[in-house]
Amino acid sequence: MNLDELRKLREKGQREMMQRSDKAQYRIVVGMGTSGIAAGAREVLRTFIEEVNSRNIKDVVVMQTGEKGYSSKEPVVEVFTHEEKEPVVYGNINPEKAQRIVTEHIVGGVIVEDYQVIFGD
Amino acid sequence: MAGVPKLDVLICGGASCISNHSHDIKDKIHEELKKKGIEDDVRVIETGCMGPCELGPVMLVYPDKVFYQRLKPEDIGNIVENHFIKGRPVAEKVLVSETTRAIIEKEQEDADFFKKQTKIVLSNCGRIDPENIEEYITENGYAAIGQILTSSNPDDVVETIKKSGLRGRGGGGFPTGRKWEFVKNAENDQKYVVCNADEGDPGAFMDRSVLEGDPHCIIEGMSIAAYAVGANKGYVYIRAEYPLAITRLEHALEQAREYGFLGENIFETGFSFDIEIRIGAGAFVCGEETALISSIEGGRGNPRPRPPFPAISGLWGKPTLLNNVETYANIRHIILNGWEWFSSIGTETSKGTKVFALSGKIKNTGLIEVPMGTTLRELIFDIGGGVPDGKKFKAVQLGGPSGGCVPEEYLDTPIDYETLIELGAMMGSGGVIVMDEDTCMVNTARFFLDFTKSESCGKCVPCRVGLVKLYDMLDKIVKGNGELEDLEKLESLCHSVKKTSLCGLGQTAPNPVLSTLKYFKDEYVEHIQDHKCRAKVCADLVTYTIIPEACRSCGICAKNCPVDCITGSKGVPYVINQDVCISCGTCYDVCPFDSIIKE
Repeated sequence: MNLDELRKLREKGQREMMQRSDKAQYRIVVGMGTSGIAAGAREVLRTFIEEVNSRNIKDVVVMQTGEKGYSSKEPVVEVFTHEEKEPVVYGNINPEKAQRIVTEHIVGGVIVEDYQVIFGD
Repeated sequence: MAGVPKLDVLICGGASCISNHSHDIKDKIHEELKKKGIEDDVRVIETGCMGPCELGPVMLVYPDKVFYQRLKPEDIGNIVENHFIKGRPVAEKVLVSETTRAIIEKEQEDADFFKKQTKIVLSNCGRIDPENIEEYITENGYAAIGQILTSSNPDDVVETIKKSGLRGRGGGGFPTGRKWEFVKNAENDQKYVVCNADEGDPGAFMDRSVLEGDPHCIIEGMSIAAYAVGANKGYVYIRAEYPLAITRLEHALEQAREYGFLGENIFETGFSFDIEIRIGAGAFVCGEETALISSIEGGRGNPRPRPPFPAISGLWGKPTLLNNVETYANIRHIILNGWEWFSSIGTETSKGTKVFALSGKIKNTGLIEVPMGTTLRELIFDIGGGVPDGKKFKAVQLGGPSGGCVPEEYLDTPIDYETLIELGAMMGSGGVIVMDEDTCMVNTARFFLDFTKSESCGKCVPCRVGLVKLYDMLDKIVKGNGELEDLEKLESLCHSVKKTSLCGLGQTAPNPVLSTLKYFKDEYVEHIQDHKCRAKVCADLVTYTIIPEACRSCGICAKNCPVDCITGSKGVPYVINQDVCISCGTCYDVCPFDSIIKE
C-alpha cells in the first residue's frame, strides 16, 4: 500500500458512499407517489441511477420521495443543488428525457428548459 | 441492476440495539427484500452505535436520511413496501427525516439530541460499516498515518499533539502530547504502545462503542503514536465482557494487515508496527495503568507505586505509552485537520470534545459527543431530554464510582477537567448517571462503595480496610442506626483513604461519599435523627401500612408477601404485622387498589 493506492481506494469508495454524504453537488429527487409510479416514475428513477453510475458521476445523489402534488405533470423530478434551496422542477419525464437531464443539467450545468415546470404561469 | 443500490439502510449494531433484537430486524429486512425481489436495490449495512440507545433498535435510511426508531420485526413489511418500494417513509416510526419536515418540528425536542452534538470521535460510528475497511478508507481512513509516515518526523507529530491541547480521555486528563514526549525521549531499543480499553465504570460505554463502530480509527491512532514515540508493537487491553468489540477489532486488525496498514514496511517507508489484543477478566482495578501492564504481562492485576511511570518503565520494563480508546480516536482527526482546528474547540484548558454516556433517570439514554465547555444543563436537559415521568431532578453522578455527584445549582457550569474537580466530581471516563427525587443519596454513596470495596485488589491497607469501614458506616446510617458523630468520622476516613491509597482506585473511591456529604448532608442527618429516608428507598426506614377503608380484602398482598406477615380474611381489611415486615415493598407493588401507603 502506498499513498497513491490509498487515494484510488478512497475515490472508488466515494461514489459508493455518496448517498450518505452531505457534500453532493446535485440531488435528483424522483416523485414516487402512486400517481408518479403509475405514470412511470420507477423507470425514470432507474434510468437516473444507471446514467449516474455508468458515467461515473461522483457528486450526485439520486433519491425518491412521495407525492408532491403535481399529479398532472407526473413523473415529476426535482433537481436540488448544494447552494440553492429551491429546486428545478421537471414534469412529464420519461427515461429518454431523464438521460437528457443528466447530460445537459447534471453534467453540462444547463437547465433543460423544455421540460421545466414553472409555477404561477 | 448493477452498481450502486438506490438505498443504503444502516441498522445500528451497537450492543444496546443488538440486545433489543436489531439482528431480528436485519434478518426480517433481508427476508422482505428477497420476497419483493429488490435485494439489489437496497444495501443493508450493520453499523456501530448511533447514540440514541433509548430509541433502539434504530435504523437510518440514506439518501433520504429517514431515521426509524423502536423497530419491531412486524414493522418491516410495511417499511419495505411503502418506503423502500414506493418512497413513502412510514411516519409513525420516523424520528428525523428530511422529507417529512412536519415530523421534525413535532419531534423537535428529540431532534435536539442530534443537533447540539459535535461528532469527532464518533464521526464514523453509526455511519460506516465497521467490518468493511474500504468504507473507513473512503472517510479519509489511514490518510493520517500515510501523511505522517511520508512527510513528517516523529518530533513534528509529538509537537502537533502537544499544541492541539488534547488531554487523556481516560479520566485523569494528563496532556497527551507530553506523555508522548516522555516515551519518545526515553532511550531504549524496544518500546510499546498500549490502548486501555478496560472500560470498567458502571454506566460508561463510549470505548466499547468506538471499538464496535469504528475499530480502524483506534488502529490508526495507535500506529501514529507508535511512529511518534518509536514503538513497533502495540497491545489493546480489552475486557472480556465486550465480546462484540473484540470480534470487530480482531476483524479490523486482520483487514489492516491484509491492506498493509499493519506489519512490515508500512506505506513503503520502512516503518513496522503490529497490534495484539489482550483480554482482561473484568477487574475494575485493571483500568489503572500499572495494574493493566501487570495483567498484560500475565501477572496478577495489581498496581504498583509510581514512579517509575510506564513512560520510563512499563510493559516488561520497557518505555510504554498508555492511552485510552477515546484519546487514540482523536489522533487521526488532529493530524488531518491540524492542531489549530482542534484547539479552537472547547475551553481554555480542555480542548476538543468529550463523549458522554447518559444513563439513569433521563429520557434519552445513550451516547453523545459535545464540545468541552458545554454545560451540564445542556447535556442533561437539551440533549438528554431531562428527567422522565415529571419527576424532579436531584443530582448527576459524573465519573462513575470514582467521581462525585453534582446538584442542580451547579448545572450551569461548563464542563471541563478543572471545573468538575472543583465541584468534587471528575471527568472520569464520561459516565453520566442522572438521579431524580426518588434516589436516596446516602444509599447511592453506599452503592458505589459496595462496588469499589469489592473491586479493591487488596494490596494496600487504606483501600482494602478503609473502603470496607466506609461501607459499614454508610450501611449503619442506611439502616437507621447511625449517630451524628459518624458523619465526622466518615469524612475524616474518606480523606485518609484518599491521601494514603496506592493507586487511583483507592484515591478516588471516597469521592461519592464526600460529594454527597457536601451537597446532601441534610439527607444524612435525616436518616440519623429522624430515621427518615425522603426518597423512600432505604427499606429499614420505610413502613408499609394498609388503609383499612380502602382495602377490598382481595388477599393478593398476603399471597405475595415473602415473609407471610399479612393477615386478613374476606370482608375484613388485611393488616401488616410490622414486627415481621422486611419492608420489601412487594405488597405495595401488587395491590390492585392502591390501598397500601409507603412512608
